[in-house]
Amino acid sequence: MLPSFELLEPHSLDEALKMLATSEATPLAGGTNLLPDLRAHGRAGRRFISLAALDQLRGVEHKGNRVIMGGSTTLNDILRDPLMPKAAPSLVSMAKVFAGTMIRNAATIAGNICYGSPSADAIPPLLSVDAEVTLTSAAGERTLPLDSFLLGYKKTAHRPDELLKTVAWTIPAADSANLFYKLGRRRGDAITVVGVAVTVVIESGSCSKARIALGSVAPTVFRAKEAENILIGRPLTAATIDQAALTAAQASRPIDDIRASAEYRRHTVHMLVRRLLTQAWQTSGAKQYD
Amino acid sequence: MTDKKTGVAREKLVNIHVNGTACEITVPAWRTLLEVLRELGHVEVKCGCEKGDCGACAVLLDGEVVDSCLTLAWNADRRSVTTVQGLGGPGKAHPLQTAFIEHGGAQCGYCTPGMILAAKALLDDIPNPSLDDIKRGLSGNLCRCTGYTRIFSAIRAAAQALRQEGGTS
Repeated sequence: MLPSFELLEPHSLDEALKMLATSEATPLAGGTNLLPDLRAHGRAGRRFISLAALDQLRGVEHKGNRVIMGGSTTLNDILRDPLMPKAAPSLVSMAKVFAGTMIRNAATIAGNICYGSPSADAIPPLLSVDAEVTLTSAAGERTLPLDSFLLGYKKTAHRPDELLKTVAWTIPAADSANLFYKLGRRRGDAITVVGVAVTVVIESGSCSKARIALGSVAPTVFRAKEAENILIGRPLTAATIDQAALTAAQASRPIDDIRASAEYRRHTVHMLVRRLLTQAWQTSGAKQYD
Repeated sequence: MTDKKTGVAREKLVNIHVNGTACEITVPAWRTLLEVLRELGHVEVKCGCEKGDCGACAVLLDGEVVDSCLTLAWNADRRSVTTVQGLGGPGKAHPLQTAFIEHGGAQCGYCTPGMILAAKALLDDIPNPSLDDIKRGLSGNLCRCTGYTRIFSAIRAAAQALRQEGGTS
């Protein structure tokens, strides 16, 4: 049984924000992280605020080349959105291998981001499209890049009085590729051993923009920026790709755990980044310049 | 029942439609749908890992498959729940149930109710699923007996039977 707790059930966003400002309470969305944590080692007497009735936080809006996703959008909502395969291919690939069906029906994008786990699967794809998060509170709103929202192991810039209202990004340019790969011990229902998302934008036969985001290989999901810079302004030859992939592996700070050793993880970052960059270069329309 | 000091409700009367029957039960906020369903006598809903890994407790909540161990009973208030019993039973088995029997999709049977409900949700979405679709549909359900292949073939057979019926699953 779960330890006892209080549950507030606001019916509007304003009401929820007022509750967050005035009482020490934790937002409860899908509950797929919070409830198992509570069951495993939680204390009794905490207070939660259910976001279940706040429909305005759920759903995806496509406005021209912008995508605005409500914080309570579930992982399966992402798979059901017909425009998402174009708007963020890596996010769709990720959602297909995120936990299992039942979890995908409950887990929310805001929950996955705010929990701040190094193995949060939604974060590498969102970093690869330069997503921004908008946080709202009774005191007002602020928007910041997801990249600067992540501060460390299960540490984010989220304040206790705030809700993550939306995640938004601009659809990658036409001549680009955006890919994700999750390495786990099994295909479904697994915690990620290494997660990689890349974006490559091609202009006149060279890489004009690159993003390499890595999960499960450092205290937080992060962008391998030094590796990205290696790719800029160059055609992606095998040698350039390998150099960037190796640099990404060197930027990783993985740990040994029951799923894999640190050494294996670092090696796998090298291999997976190389594989995804090669695939990105070949599918992005760059082939015509080869 | 309301806490006198904080004004927060400690218990609430929730009304859940289980397999078409209205059930009323007064529960505190921390009780799960799984616990409540079993207390109501629906022991066909199984308790496995209690952390969303195994899928034994899966039920349909307003037609969507969820882990009842991670669903608070309060969140099921005024909503409809379908357990495997709601699909059918002896004498009037659902095509999925028939196919699981015919293809040997169940051994110890503990994962079977969750498997069948996840499969039902899958076939409602995708009437003619590929093997990949089936694997993805069942990615939150663990079976330690069958090795899954008989479960996959049962679902393919059920999908075909349902398509031939021409109706909905």
